[in-house]
Amino acid sequence: MRAFGADEPMGCYDDLEHADAFVLWGANMAEMHPILWSRLSDTRLTKEGSEVHVLSTFKHRCFDLADNGMVFTPQTDLAIANYIAHYIIETRSYNKDFIGDNVNFTKTVTDIGYGLRPEHPLEKAKTGKGGKLTKINFEEYKKSVAKYDLEYTSKLSGVPKENLLKLAKIYADPNKKVTSFWTMGFNQHTRGVWVNGLVYNIHLLMGKISEPGNSPFSLTGQPSACGTAREVGTFAHRLPADLVVKVKSHRDFAEKVWKLPEGTIPPKPGYHAVLQNRMLKDGKLNAYWVMCNNNVQAAPNFNEETYPGYRNPENFIVVSDPYPTVTAIAGDLILPTAMWTEKEGAYGNAERRTQFWRQQVKAPGEAKSDLWQLVEFSKRFKVEEVWPADLIAKQPGVKGKTLYEVLFKNGQVDKYPKQQVTDSRGNKYDNDEMDDFGFYLQKGLFEEYRRFGTEGPKKGHDLGEFDAYHKARGMRWPVVKGKETLWRYREGYDPFVKKGEGVKFYGKKDGKANIIFAPYEPPAESPDKEYDLWLSTGRVLEHWHSGSMTRRVPELYRAFPDAVMFMHPNDAKKRGLRRGMTAKVASRRGDISLKVETRGRNRPPEGLVFVPWFDAGRLINKVTLDATDPLSKETDYKKCAVKVEKA
Amino acid sequence: MFDHLLSRRRFIVETARTASGVALLGIGLGLYTKESKSLPVYALRPPGVKSEDDFLSACIRCGLCVRDCPYDILKLSKLAEPVALGTPYFEARKVPCEMCEDIPCVKACPTGALDKGLTNIDDARMGLAVIVDQETCLNYLGLRCDVCHRVCPLLNEAITLEPRHNQRSGKHTLFIPVVHSDKCTGCGKCERACVLEEAAIKVLPLDLAKGELGHHYRLGWEEKEKAGESLVTPDREHKYNLPEGLKYEHDGKGLLKDTR
Amino acid sequence: MLANLPEKVGKEAVLAKGWWLANKWLLLRRTSQLLVIALFLSGPLLGEGYWIAKGNLTSSLTFDILPLTDPYVLLQSFFAGHEIISQALIGAAIVTVFYFLVGGRVFCSWVCPVNIVTDTADGLRRKFNIKGGARFSRNVRYWILVMTLIVAVISGSIAWEFINPVSILHRSIIFGFAYAGFVILAIFIFDLLLSRQGWCGHLCPVGAFYSLLGRISIIRVSAANRDNCDDCMDCFLVCPEKQVIKPALKGAEQGTGPVIMDKNCTNCGRCIDVCAKNVFNFSNRFNNGMLMNESKKEEVAP
Repeated sequence: MRAFGADEPMGCYDDLEHADAFVLWGANMAEMHPILWSRLSDTRLTKEGSEVHVLSTFKHRCFDLADNGMVFTPQTDLAIANYIAHYIIETRSYNKDFIGDNVNFTKTVTDIGYGLRPEHPLEKAKTGKGGKLTKINFEEYKKSVAKYDLEYTSKLSGVPKENLLKLAKIYADPNKKVTSFWTMGFNQHTRGVWVNGLVYNIHLLMGKISEPGNSPFSLTGQPSACGTAREVGTFAHRLPADLVVKVKSHRDFAEKVWKLPEGTIPPKPGYHAVLQNRMLKDGKLNAYWVMCNNNVQAAPNFNEETYPGYRNPENFIVVSDPYPTVTAIAGDLILPTAMWTEKEGAYGNAERRTQFWRQQVKAPGEAKSDLWQLVEFSKRFKVEEVWPADLIAKQPGVKGKTLYEVLFKNGQVDKYPKQQVTDSRGNKYDNDEMDDFGFYLQKGLFEEYRRFGTEGPKKGHDLGEFDAYHKARGMRWPVVKGKETLWRYREGYDPFVKKGEGVKFYGKKDGKANIIFAPYEPPAESPDKEYDLWLSTGRVLEHWHSGSMTRRVPELYRAFPDAVMFMHPNDAKKRGLRRGMTAKVASRRGDISLKVETRGRNRPPEGLVFVPWFDAGRLINKVTLDATDPLSKETDYKKCAVKVEKA
Repeated sequence: MFDHLLSRRRFIVETARTASGVALLGIGLGLYTKESKSLPVYALRPPGVKSEDDFLSACIRCGLCVRDCPYDILKLSKLAEPVALGTPYFEARKVPCEMCEDIPCVKACPTGALDKGLTNIDDARMGLAVIVDQETCLNYLGLRCDVCHRVCPLLNEAITLEPRHNQRSGKHTLFIPVVHSDKCTGCGKCERACVLEEAAIKVLPLDLAKGELGHHYRLGWEEKEKAGESLVTPDREHKYNLPEGLKYEHDGKGLLKDTR
Repeated sequence: MLANLPEKVGKEAVLAKGWWLANKWLLLRRTSQLLVIALFLSGPLLGEGYWIAKGNLTSSLTFDILPLTDPYVLLQSFFAGHEIISQALIGAAIVTVFYFLVGGRVFCSWVCPVNIVTDTADGLRRKFNIKGGARFSRNVRYWILVMTLIVAVISGSIAWEFINPVSILHRSIIFGFAYAGFVILAIFIFDLLLSRQGWCGHLCPVGAFYSLLGRISIIRVSAANRDNCDDCMDCFLVCPEKQVIKPALKGAEQGTGPVIMDKNCTNCGRCIDVCAKNVFNFSNRFNNGMLMNESKKEEVAP
């Protein structure tokens, strides 16, 4: 957003076939994006001169295919990215014309803390706040990155010089199309926003952007988070289609579309995820509805923040989930929720492809979909009960109405009457929400949401008509006049870029993208004498996130039943541990016990251990730290300090 | 009367003694039989055997199948051999089944232990050939052996050669032998012909050689073929914003230069 | 007259009838047993064109036309749960009818090769006057017969064939030995030292089965000239199932006919051979009326 003014990648999955080289920054694609990895591998195996570079804090299965595999000290990805920019400038490889036409140089506020509780000494010590950008010029930028030369970067990161050089060369070669992939290694990072920006910097310096094969591509962990969360705006600070709560014109537009009186949407964002847990604990947040989310297992620092919050007797926790997760167990009220194929729905993915599906089966028993629950819930509130009188006065028509009548049964969302859902072959499908509410709810909501893209203040988010999505195998937005967009911001590929404009980053007023300099800053908690190991957490291919679904599938459970701790055999030996023994991994905040794995699919270097978090019986988040990127508010699950001993 | 009681008691004791002695013998026999039911992997049954359990209830060890085999392939198991005593079997590596069209062994069997329902030798399932060692199979090494492929009586049906690019040399093809379980009869000619010291392709029992998909799994491309068309089609054509001279193809081809 | 000593058995008959008549049925039996083996070995030894009988005693095909199947093994297959098909059923029917006619346990004395081993052991016991050994009921073999059928049901396989020494011996002769010699040796030692007439007379369920077939078989041995009997006991000593003799030989007073009706008589004819007085001959079961002089005796007594 800071670089381009618009969210979501500018490339698409076809970059996998068009790129010459791939650089994986903290992304374990072999396990986490297996089909994309299969496509990437095929390109690598069949294309002349193709290369794969992999950067990670531990060795994983992508290293099997890597031409240049690099294991770096956690957090030093900031330095490595800056080194590459330094190399590009030093060798004068940068695309002068491109920079002149399309790029502004900026720097961001530094020393911004770690998103911990304000009382924490690290927060007290910080000198900067927020992400304000200051304009600089090319020379200043050059000076900023000068520090990150080969010698310094190699020493800091632990990556041998020849590997770093090889990586820099592939970016600097103007004839090589490079696609950079990153996922949680970059995003669950206390300087995640910065490091994302640093890789954009590299692509912008070289002009390797917005064309087939040249692509800085943020994969995102759940590719469906793009459509399901970001695009539709289910964040504390967002509105749909990249609009934000803090801009008045955006709020006005949303209120107009949703038929609300002006001023309904508060300008200040609510609590973000990590803050919600803290506020639950502090008693400042007292009612909490968790929908289809296993945050008790997923949130960091379970012992200090999550558990006290959820079990605080002042709080009422409602959990909507199909499965008895630890979150459901911690809740006060459980609402059985339908699974995704038990309702008609849609999702988006990392390449901006929106896809729809029809209801396939009925939900068991009394389970209802999350959509149904929210809409039904709105019937329980009359506006007089929840809105101040002056707000109601602005739109007297809402008097006496329930929120259901204001938001849904308002002539817009209920525009489409009840009908039989069919496909082109005449197969009939259920739609339980339509049956219950009496109108085609999904279609009404989607067409209303669509207006944010087609009529809203930010261009380039257009979606196609509802019916079109049921007829096509997903469409990549912006969809303008029925045509999809594969690559954004470039003339010929993007309908919003006029002929002769070449490349235009129209998310920004001047059409130029920002190169944002950010320095290396150390992580919130590094290993010390007592807690002498890094802990990184993540997933394995066999299990999805908290395993609430996948651990209940017999073949997946058989493949990988319980979480284990991947560690280097020397580290294990030093602590008197043998493969298969139960060990205790502990931080200042908590500990768990689990078996040691020294010959697994992940081979950490000495000094680091890796634990997957899918196991509800081995909550590694008891050990992790609730440090976040202060800008994105995303937790850094990849770095904290632990010690390991025999259980 | 006393005598009568005594003799009756003696009779009961005698009977009990006999019964228990015989019962113990029976238990011993039963247990021994159970253990012998496991067939060693190298022993292949003649064509027409559905399962070892069924076979052992039907084979009366007459040896007529052995006699009628024109190539003397079958042999009856002898004492101290790990195959059920007296039953017919063959070892592929030594003498494989020649796949006679008239299936004389099945015809000869008087009890139907070799199922009379087997009328086409191609339907026999004596086992399944598996490339057990990809490290030694010459074709995997990039050389041109494929002897197993050429001696197979179901040429290009039971064993096909799948071409793959040879990464090591960069300009040759690997001809990878692939066994198809819907065609392979387990005759073992491939195992016999394999030129290596120890055959890299072996006929294994079917339940050992085969995996099994989850019964609820469906393969999309197979379902598509069955239906004759894609089940999840883009019913409407996709259109894209693209510069002049480029077009986008589905079916995996992606962005292409427009050759018109 | 005093009973003969075991080592003297048959010597009187030789003196009375000559060597041939004193051993006629024994020689004929051995010829039969060896002929059966020879028929099976014709193919393997002489070549393809000379094959007479294929298979072995459990099931065979003679001259590519005549099917014969052992009904006992087929019965076990049925109990094991296998469907019986016509090819085997026809062969078993032929065998069954044949033994109904000539006598059930004719299999034992005229066909089974184990008989040669057990007869030899029994002969040596007599010659060297070996006495003692385990004594148990001759009915054990019927218990074993039932047991083999029960185990077939429970195990679902023809379990008895895993250890059947009868099959082991004749299959080894025809298809090749391996360790089968141990089985022959075991039976020989058992019958020689451990139990008199132990195998055939007490344990073998095959014989037990055929004896059931023989309950109504037509050809029977008859003590037709039982009034000539001089109690030399040679027949008792030489008979493998001596309990069958007494009712026929000494049953005149009870009004029992001279035919040996007991199912366990194997029609071996050894009693005919060794009797110097020609008491016995082959007859049929219908010829079982009281003898002329015996019926007269009955009429006289009040």
